[in-house]
Amino acid sequence: MEFDDKRGLQARSGVLPEGRASGGESEEARDSRIVEQAVLRALFPNARMRRAFLQAVGAATALSALESVFPLGRAKEAFAQGAGRPEKTKLSVGFIPITCATPIIMAHPMGFYAKHGLDVEIVKTAGWAVIRDKTLAKEYDAAHMLSPMPLAITLGVGANPVPYTIPAIENVNGQAVTLSLKHKERRDPKTWKGFRFAVPFDYSIHNYLLRYLVAEHGLDPDRDIQIRAVPPPEMVANLRADNLDGFLGPDPFNQRAVYDGVGFIHMLSKEMWDGHPCCAFAASREFVTTLPNTYRALVRAILDATAYARRPENRKEIAAAIAPANYLNQPVTVVEQVLTGVFADGLGNIRRVPDRIDFDPFPWHSFAVWILTQMKRWGQLKADVDYARIAREVFLATDAARLMREAGMTPPEATMKSFAVLGKTFDPAQPEAYLRGFAIRRS
Amino acid sequence: MMPLGLRAAAVSLFLLALLLAAWHLATLPAGGRQAVSDEYAKLVGAAAATGQRSAMPGPLEVGAKLLEHLRDPFYDRGPNDKGIGVQLAYSLGRVLSGFALAAATAIPLGFLIGMSPLAYRALDPFVQVLRPISPLAWMPLALYALKDSHASAVFVIFVCSMWPMLINTAFGVASVRREWIQVARTLELRPPALALRVVLPAAAPTIFTGMRISIGIAWLVIVAAEMLVGGTGIGYFVWNEWNNLSIANILVGIFAIGMVGMGLDQAIGRIARLVSYAE
Repeated sequence: MEFDDKRGLQARSGVLPEGRASGGESEEARDSRIVEQAVLRALFPNARMRRAFLQAVGAATALSALESVFPLGRAKEAFAQGAGRPEKTKLSVGFIPITCATPIIMAHPMGFYAKHGLDVEIVKTAGWAVIRDKTLAKEYDAAHMLSPMPLAITLGVGANPVPYTIPAIENVNGQAVTLSLKHKERRDPKTWKGFRFAVPFDYSIHNYLLRYLVAEHGLDPDRDIQIRAVPPPEMVANLRADNLDGFLGPDPFNQRAVYDGVGFIHMLSKEMWDGHPCCAFAASREFVTTLPNTYRALVRAILDATAYARRPENRKEIAAAIAPANYLNQPVTVVEQVLTGVFADGLGNIRRVPDRIDFDPFPWHSFAVWILTQMKRWGQLKADVDYARIAREVFLATDAARLMREAGMTPPEATMKSFAVLGKTFDPAQPEAYLRGFAIRRS
Repeated sequence: MMPLGLRAAAVSLFLLALLLAAWHLATLPAGGRQAVSDEYAKLVGAAAATGQRSAMPGPLEVGAKLLEHLRDPFYDRGPNDKGIGVQLAYSLGRVLSGFALAAATAIPLGFLIGMSPLAYRALDPFVQVLRPISPLAWMPLALYALKDSHASAVFVIFVCSMWPMLINTAFGVASVRREWIQVARTLELRPPALALRVVLPAAAPTIFTGMRISIGIAWLVIVAAEMLVGGTGIGYFVWNEWNNLSIANILVGIFAIGMVGMGLDQAIGRIARLVSYAE
């Protein structure tokens, strides 16, 4: 073991790499490198001195010297076991069968939960309201939710107020506007007056993005179009039955509409807001505070899975792992097209968009602030809110950053960032001004 | 001339063959040339590649799926993928427990209501209001109040299958012939014995008719309830296959639901025949 570690270090040209985990490294090698780095950092807080020291004596010599004064081997062992054993190892996590849930789902067949000492049963659930109620009823320890849901639950909008949290975002991008094939020629949203659209849930990024899109083109989403909350599988069935003109829904159902020859992909959600959050890994604050070790082990498993899902070269393998009946229950080619971004658009073209869906766990506070502005914009939230405080309480960015750092990833330094939605810049420090800037709004 | 039973069976078979033939003809693939490149065609379903919508499956496809399910009905590949036999067993378990609870409540209650004209009139408005409520309307309330999806499903069956038994028991008990009760009274039978040895046997056929209606309702309700809460059961099976937009599997589910429903009805019918009498 010890020998392997040192050889691994020498192979890396005698200087300890800092920061990002390199691609091919094994878990143990990564863990022991983290411990080594931590000890070196403690000894030489100044980075320049540390590098000078390592360069002068060579990493292997430096480590054996360290070994004589500090029990590195034992520290590594302690680190691998984690700070504390999970209080509860048998967990139940609910999910909705869509590709947004990829990290939660794949962590089961690909063993990420087991690696962190957890025995997680992942349970397919029929809809967002049911997943909310089952999680509130503690039938699930944690669940896959749409990222606005924990905010709504915490604020008591459309539910009894229960403090809820998002320890990690699951996916960014990965949604699309799908239109019925008969609207091939009506690609301009200005011509969509009278359309019947579906979104998965009232408190969803889908609802806010669709409203934003039509409002930017001068249509009032409450008066000029119809928006219904429809469970994703029903979206394709309704599109086929000509009961809908289109939907802004999660994959694989956009791709499924193409696969079944009933619709085409008009626009990827990425083309509206590149890097928008969609679904989240959610747990009650009670779970986070009463079972801290379990919570951390679970989030670590999700972070590992998310990091794995992020790499394009792993996407085909993941598609094959999550397509069977136990998970998404979809044809493999449909899931593969979503995850690899090489897909048929329903109009006879093959598009190549590698980041059609991407996985980034960091729960930016600015995401929460944007969602809150939209909840307010459309009248879901009537009272005044302290945007930054709610964002901090629900989106656990500080915790996520710490856990990411412990896992050898590089989380961002800040928790707020500015971004643009359909070309319009959002400044998270000025939510009220942003809200007042919209011509069409309910409040 | 063949006996009536045989002739009826022949007509039934003929109708079935006619139905299957019509179905087969209606779902024959329309055929059509591939309108897109080969690379594109690989990414979409067969129908979409020829510029059409995916079609309804024909009887052959559904038959093949049915055989596939029947060949291995009891497999268990994790919490979200179990064989159709396992799913039916879960549903039957829920239906029977909900139904047993309903019978244990409705029959004694119906008995009391039937014996007392005052109770009959006083409780009638409640029964009339609660009876027509759909199981789907009860479900959110049950989930919210009971905080357990399994218990909610059983509760919904309980609350929906109770009324026919309650009403039929009350009606059966209330319409026991006056003369029989008077004869029993003349013979100085005590009330408990009167209820058990005269009223119950006299009302039994009506009570069983109520139970037969109730088990039918319970079986209808379970499919809806399981589609809503998910997890296990034949309703979940149908929902899961809907999620996959697999019409062939949904038809297999529908067939299984019909067969089991018929079995339940026949079972109660058999028992009812044991307690029926001719005046």
